[in-house]
Amino acid sequence: MPPVTRWHVKLSLLYLVAALVVGIVQMVGLEAGAALFAVYVHLLVVGWITQMIFGVAYWMFPKFSKERPRGSNQLAIAACVLLNLGLILRVVAEPLQARHPAPTLAWLLVLSAVAQWFAGLAFVANIWPRVKER
Amino acid sequence: MPRISLWFIRASLAYLALGFTLGGLLLWHKGFALGPGVWRLLPLHIEASLVGWVLQLVMGTAYWIFPRFGMTPVQRGREDLAWVSFWLINAGLWVVGLAGIFGLPGVMATLGRAAEAMAAALMAVNIWARTRGSGLSPM
Repeated sequence: MPPVTRWHVKLSLLYLVAALVVGIVQMVGLEAGAALFAVYVHLLVVGWITQMIFGVAYWMFPKFSKERPRGSNQLAIAACVLLNLGLILRVVAEPLQARHPAPTLAWLLVLSAVAQWFAGLAFVANIWPRVKER
Repeated sequence: MPRISLWFIRASLAYLALGFTLGGLLLWHKGFALGPGVWRLLPLHIEASLVGWVLQLVMGTAYWIFPRFGMTPVQRGREDLAWVSFWLINAGLWVVGLAGIFGLPGVMATLGRAAEAMAAALMAVNIWARTRGSGLSPM
């Protein structure tokens, strides 16, 4: 299993646990709970499911070529770093922005959006040529 | 991988790009307002991310990877059913998403969901018999 895949899989497991903890915080009726719903959903869908797919697809999909069986390692690392940077920024800034709006938090949300968008494009660019008929 | 899996998986990658683009706009909007209609994108964002990206990737990969019926002409089950499933899920996804954007009557979103459910049922029929150990015949 390549290193990038190990990072993705381990991080996806951490986000799964984090998502379920956030789910508990919502259920016990803490004041911050309502602002956490979007964080809860995105920890599951982006942090756990999408991240697990990124890692396993990079590892298991058909080879790109003999010389570079998994395509670009740099793109894979960029996708991993940007996805996690973007998600962590969202987890921190979104609930705070909902309760105490501030320009700095707003810019962190924009940075999070841009980072995750580039992560998605980097993954698609790297995996697309490996999706092929035999 | 078989051609139908290639279509499922490449479509799922396109929906990943679409889902992340719409999600990025919605998140940006939470920081700096982009306009009053931005939240109408939410249903298409959800459909593209969950049905288009995750579900389609799983369906395409399962059809490709699950145990086959040896070297028979129907080694992966009925490919025609898989194609019907592919078109139904994509049609359903867009009907649900566009119904949200344009405020179409609720019956449209219901029809879209019905198409998605039919697609899932057809794929389940195809995959069911392939969920096994080894050495079985097609049916």
